[in-house]
Amino acid sequence: MTVAQATLSSQFEALPQSATASAVVRPHVTIRGLSKKFGNTVIYDNFDLDLPRGKLISVFGPNGCGKSTLINMIAGLIPVDAGQILFDGMLLDEIKFGYVFQNYREALFPWMRAFDNIAYPLKMMKVSKRERQERVEKLVAHLGIKLDLNLYPYQMSGGQQQLVSIMRALVVDPEILFLDEPFSALDYEMTLFMREQLQKLFMESGTTMVLVSHDLEEAVYLADRVLLLSRHPARVADFTVVDCARPRDDATLSDPEFVRLKAHCLEIFQREVRRS
Amino acid sequence: MTRLLDPFLPIVGVVGLLIIWAVAVYGGFVDPVLLPPPKDAFIALWKGMNGGVLWIDFVRTVERTVWSTLIAAVIAIPLGIVLGSSERLYRSLEFVIDFFRSTPASAMFPLFLVLFGVGDKTKISVAAFGAALVILFNVAYGVMNARKTRLLAAKVMGASRLRVLFDVMLLESLPQTFVGLRNGVSLALVIIVVAEMFIGSQDGLGHSVFEAQQLFEMPRMYAAIFAAGALGYGLNLLFLLIERRFVHWSGK
Repeated sequence: MTVAQATLSSQFEALPQSATASAVVRPHVTIRGLSKKFGNTVIYDNFDLDLPRGKLISVFGPNGCGKSTLINMIAGLIPVDAGQILFDGMLLDEIKFGYVFQNYREALFPWMRAFDNIAYPLKMMKVSKRERQERVEKLVAHLGIKLDLNLYPYQMSGGQQQLVSIMRALVVDPEILFLDEPFSALDYEMTLFMREQLQKLFMESGTTMVLVSHDLEEAVYLADRVLLLSRHPARVADFTVVDCARPRDDATLSDPEFVRLKAHCLEIFQREVRRS
Repeated sequence: MTRLLDPFLPIVGVVGLLIIWAVAVYGGFVDPVLLPPPKDAFIALWKGMNGGVLWIDFVRTVERTVWSTLIAAVIAIPLGIVLGSSERLYRSLEFVIDFFRSTPASAMFPLFLVLFGVGDKTKISVAAFGAALVILFNVAYGVMNARKTRLLAAKVMGASRLRVLFDVMLLESLPQTFVGLRNGVSLALVIIVVAEMFIGSQDGLGHSVFEAQQLFEMPRMYAAIFAAGALGYGLNLLFLLIERRFVHWSGK
């Protein structure tokens, strides 16, 4: 660990103890003693992690280390073998959250127009039809997105479909948003555009976001913290702080601090890959 | 220029067949008693369908086929959804379904004759039996193969098990259900026509074909065959149009 990192991490660990700052930096998600096996393979063994509030956290690590498994367990898509995951001390079914799947084609409902897709989670919350209409319209206006929501998903481009997926996840005003490699099925041009859209959404909403990425540059570029996982059984190899100013843009990519952080993450990643 | 002719491509085969038919008859290559000139067959078709007996037979076959398909669908679709939503239940009944689906429905005629006697009941119930198994199989598979991501997405948004069934599984299975309905109605027509030939029938296209052949009225026999062909094609087309209208996302 370099000196800079040591001070950074000690800063983060020290903060919760200080009474004045505790309200601000109390972790949003606390994971304790998390264990998960697939067959005989131990993916997580007594895993502890705190996710800070209002930050965009990228999860990055070697192939098959359990990046998606982690957010899927936090979001309740797959059961845990053991351990506890709390959101401000509450359980998952007591909070509002959103989840964006990698495969937007299979995650959206093709029999519904984009508008009804976005409004669907509100319908599940038994929100009246009129309020659903209002809330979707409010969200669209707030995001400033120009999309014909009367189209069916299959009439839209991949990026537009994923945008609809993200809006569907955001319409409930989630406390936390999970994104599982949301851009990896898009072409490069659309990926760049969608990164900007996501950053904008994050800056406007301040929602805690957990993003699984298989692209290190993307992981660092979008994140406030990069969670680097080791090979399974997964440990936190590093929880790097990325404090480049927002909004980040093309210039950020060549910013020395960004380049240094990216190199740092790559070094840890390669160390973890070689370890086995 | 060639592009302008493209819409007429589908009739090329029809025209070709008619030319071969005419050449075969007028060229003296076949016995005109066995294969009458196209003109005679079409006159018989026109007269028969225009207030003739053939029209009555046609309507009777349509009625029987529609009834048997309807009965099959009403039984098989809900059953298919129930079976498909529980993989274990389906696995335990899969062999029975596959076995009877593979059994020629015509082999069931004697059994159904004992159960329902000589009449429409037997014809319709054997056809419904055959069609129901085809529809059941397709619906169950459609439900079972519902995209896992879509089910998860609904679950993550707080949909209950029942809502997932009605909002996702049911709609997910629709394209496959229509495959089952199209195959089912085709099979029902085949069984009905066979039944009309041999199971003491007084009317229907099968009866018409058989009677014309017995009386050696060849133009009338060909007319009845064409009517049966048009019916089969029309029913398939009808289901395709319904599918395109209501399952607009199919294959996209």
